[in-house]
Amino acid sequence: MAFGIHLTRRAFAGAVGATFASAMIPRSASAASARDPRFVVVILRGALDGLSAVAPIGDPDYADLHGALALEWGGAHPALRLDGFFGLNPAMANFARLYQAKQALVVHATATAYRERSHFDGQDVLESGLAPGHVESGWLNRAVAALPAGERVGAGGALAVGAIAPLVLRGPAPVLGWAPSGLATPSDDLVARLTDLYNHADPALAKALQAGFDADRMAMQHGMDGVKPGGDVALAMRKAAEGAARLMSADDGPRIGALAFDGWDTHANEGGATGRLAQLLGGLDGAFAAFESELGPRWNDTVVVAITEFGRTAHINGTVGTDHGTATVAFLVGGALAGGRVVADWPGLKTADLYEQRDLKPTTDLRAVLKGVLADHLGLSAATLTQSVFPDTLGVAPMKGLIAA
Amino acid sequence: MSAADLSWFLTFNRFGLGARLDSPAPDSDPRQALLGELATPAGASLDDAALPRSSDILQAVYADQLRRKMERDRTEAVKSTTFGMPAPSLAPFLDADRPRAEPAATPPPAEPRPAQAFFRADAETRLKQACAAPIGYVERLTAFWSNHFCVSRSKSEIGRAAAGAFEREAIRPHVLGRFADMLAAVERHPVMLNFLDNAQSVGPDSRAGQNRKAGLNENLGREILELHTMGVGSGYTQADVTELARMLTGWTLVGREGKLGEPGTFAFNANAHEPGPGRLLGRLYPQDGVAQGEAALADLAREPATANHIAWKFARHFVADSPDAALVARLAEVFRKTDGDLGALARALVLDQDVWRAPPTKMRNPWELTVAAYRAFAREPSDPGPALGALSLLGMPLWQPSGPNGFSDVSADWASPEGMKTRVELAAQFARQVKTAPSPPVLLEQILGPAASPATREAIKRAESQEQAYALLILSPEFQRR
Repeated sequence: MAFGIHLTRRAFAGAVGATFASAMIPRSASAASARDPRFVVVILRGALDGLSAVAPIGDPDYADLHGALALEWGGAHPALRLDGFFGLNPAMANFARLYQAKQALVVHATATAYRERSHFDGQDVLESGLAPGHVESGWLNRAVAALPAGERVGAGGALAVGAIAPLVLRGPAPVLGWAPSGLATPSDDLVARLTDLYNHADPALAKALQAGFDADRMAMQHGMDGVKPGGDVALAMRKAAEGAARLMSADDGPRIGALAFDGWDTHANEGGATGRLAQLLGGLDGAFAAFESELGPRWNDTVVVAITEFGRTAHINGTVGTDHGTATVAFLVGGALAGGRVVADWPGLKTADLYEQRDLKPTTDLRAVLKGVLADHLGLSAATLTQSVFPDTLGVAPMKGLIAA
Repeated sequence: MSAADLSWFLTFNRFGLGARLDSPAPDSDPRQALLGELATPAGASLDDAALPRSSDILQAVYADQLRRKMERDRTEAVKSTTFGMPAPSLAPFLDADRPRAEPAATPPPAEPRPAQAFFRADAETRLKQACAAPIGYVERLTAFWSNHFCVSRSKSEIGRAAAGAFEREAIRPHVLGRFADMLAAVERHPVMLNFLDNAQSVGPDSRAGQNRKAGLNENLGREILELHTMGVGSGYTQADVTELARMLTGWTLVGREGKLGEPGTFAFNANAHEPGPGRLLGRLYPQDGVAQGEAALADLAREPATANHIAWKFARHFVADSPDAALVARLAEVFRKTDGDLGALARALVLDQDVWRAPPTKMRNPWELTVAAYRAFAREPSDPGPALGALSLLGMPLWQPSGPNGFSDVSADWASPEGMKTRVELAAQFARQVKTAPSPPVLLEQILGPAASPATREAIKRAESQEQAYALLILSPEFQRR
C-alpha cells in the first residue's frame, strides 16, 4: 500500500521526459541561479519512536501494538490530522501549520542501511553515511566539500552548533562552531598570540581555534546574546535553533548547518499525546518555528531535515516505553519544499509485516531522501552523491520531487 | 633535556593529572613512582566517612519527593497540569552550580533539593582527591572506569543525587581489583538499575508479569553486552540481548515504602523474575533467582571479546585514538591471563615500552584539563562551583554524559571549534583569577619542563602580561595534549 504519494509537476515531468537531457541536469545553486539555499540537518540522538510522532492511526493493528502510547483521532489530546491515515503528535502544532502551507513533509517507514540496534553504531552510520566503524567524516561535510569552488553555498563554511561538532559535519570542509555561551570574550590579542603559537606548534588546534572564533565574531555582529544552558529542554532546543538560524540568515553567513538534540531513547514512560516524548517533540517543533522566524525571507529557500538513527519497537514494552527498533520517520520543513504530504510505502503492522516480527519495516531508504534534497536543493550531481557523499549507493536513487519546482 | 625528565613529563600527563606547582623534584624512576601509587593500600577508595551511602541519599530523595507530592496535592485544585516524567534536559547543569546573578531559564525551586547538596558533596570530594593526588594515575583510572560504566545525572532525581555515590560504591573499590567484581557491583547498583530502566523490567511470565501486564525492558541487557562487556559487533545477537534482559528481571531497587527491604538498596524481586532457565551465547543458565543473572555476568566478564574490548578502550584512553594493535593485544592478554585483574592491567600499561614512545596526540578531556590547571597553579578547589561550571561549558558536565556510552574519548571531539573557543575563554578567565603564582618562566619549567617547544617558550616569554602568559601556558599544545 502506498499512502500520500503525490507526484509534483517536477517529478512528473522528470518521469515522462526522462529522455530529455534537461531532466537529468541537477538544479544548480551556482551564481547563475537566483537561489541561495540554506540546509540544516538536525540529528535526534537516541532513536525517535516514529509511530508515536506520526501515528498510522488508520492502520487497524496500530492501536493494539502501541497500546497506552497510541495516538487517536479523538480524546482529550487528539492527533493532528495529516491525511486520512496518519495523525501527527499534538505537540507539533507548528509542523501541522507548515504542513498545511505545503512547507512540511514526513517520510515514514524509513531507515538507513543499518539493521542492528546499537545507538552508537546507528548514529555513526546515520551521520557518516558509511558502514559502522567509519567516523572520519560525515556525509554533510563531504557534500559541502564536493560543491564546486566559488559556490556561495560552500563559501561561508558550515555551521556546527554545540560544544562538540556532530559527526555529520566533521571532515575536510571548513566548519564553524557556535554554542550559546555566557563567558566574557578573551582579548583579541590573546587569541592572535595563541593562533600564532598553534600555527607554529599545532596546526590542528590552529584550525579549530580559527573556526571557533570566526563563528563567534559573526554572532557578535548579528547581535546575539549569550544564552546559558538552562534546564528547560524545549527552551534549549529553541535557543540553539534561533542562534543557528541567525548566523545562517546573514549574507556572509554559513549556508549549511547541523545540530543535535539528545534524549529520544524512551525505554520507559514514553508518553503518547502528552508526556516525555511529547515534550521533546514540542521542543523540536519550537526549533522548527525558530528556524522559520529567524531565517526571515531566507526561509523560502530553506530545507531543514530532522533524522534519527533508527526507530523503536512497534510493540510497547513492559515499562510503557519502546525498545530499539528499525524504521521510523524523518521530518522535513522549509519553504523550499514541495510539502503537505506523508511520503510512505506503508509496510503494514501485522506481525508478518514487521521487521524481525518486532519493528516497523523500512521501505524507504533514508539515504534516498537525503540524496534527493542534496541533488535538488544544493545542486549536487548524481555522480558526486554516489561517489563521495554516500559511497556505494548506486542502487539508491535520489528521491525526486521533494523540492518545489 | 634528558630522557629521564621527559619521562617525568609523560608520567604526569599521560598517566596522571598534570604536575603540581608544588610537586617535589623527581628523584626516583618514574615507573616506580607510578607503580608506587598503584600500591597504596587505599587504592581508589575514598576515606571520607562523612559522605552518605547511596541508600541514605535515596531515602532523603524519597522523603523529599513525598513532601513535594503532598504540597502538590494541596494545590491540585488550583492548577491541574499533568505531565509524564520530566524530559531529560540538554544541559541543566549550570542552574544550580553557578551563582544566580541572572534569571535562570526556569524558575528555581523554592528551596534547594537535597539532590543538589548530595551531588555537590561528592563532586567536591572527587575534585579535591584529583587535585591532591601525587601523580593522579589512580584518579585517572577511576575516571576511566566511571565513564566506561557511566550513569547520568539527567536521568532522574536518583541519578541527580547519587551518581557520585555510585562511583564511590561500585567503581572505586574495584579500580585495582577484578573486572568481574566491578561488573557485578555496577549492574546491581540502584543508580544503574534506575539509569538503564532495569528496576521496572518485569519477566512476561513472572507472577508480576501475569498480573499487571507489565513486561520486559531490554535496555540494561543490551548495554551490558554492547558497552560494558563484549562490545558492539562482537558476536552476540538480538536473542542474547533479550535473554540477558530476561535473566536480569527482578533486579531492582527498593522504593520508598520498603516493601522489599531497606529503601534505596538493591533488591531481587522474585515476583518479577522470569521463571525458567536462560540461554546466553549458547550457554545454559538453569539457576533460580538472582544467581542466574550473576552467573551470566561472571561468564561475560571472562568472554574473550570482553578482554579485547576493554584492552582497546584502555589503550585508546591512555595512548592514542587509534592505538597500536600489538599494544591492544598485549593488554588483552594480561586481562585474560589474570582473569580480569585491573591492577595488573594498570601495571602492564606502565611497564609497556611502547606506551612511553607514543607521541602525545591525545587531547586532555575537560575533566583532565580542569584538574591539571588547578594543579599547575596549586589552586585549592574550596568551592567546586567554578570547576563544575567549566566542565559543563566544555561539554563534559560531571556525571552527566548524554548517553550510556559515556563521554567521548576521541581527541577530535574535544578539539572542535566551539570546544577550543571555550577553552580559550575559560583559560583567560582562570588566568585573570590567579592571585599568587611564580613568574611565568619558572612555572613553565615546573609544569612543562623539557617538553616545552621553542614556540611555546617564546610565546610565554613575549606575553604582554603575567596574566596572558598564564593563559598561554594553559592553552599551549603541551598542556592541552597528553
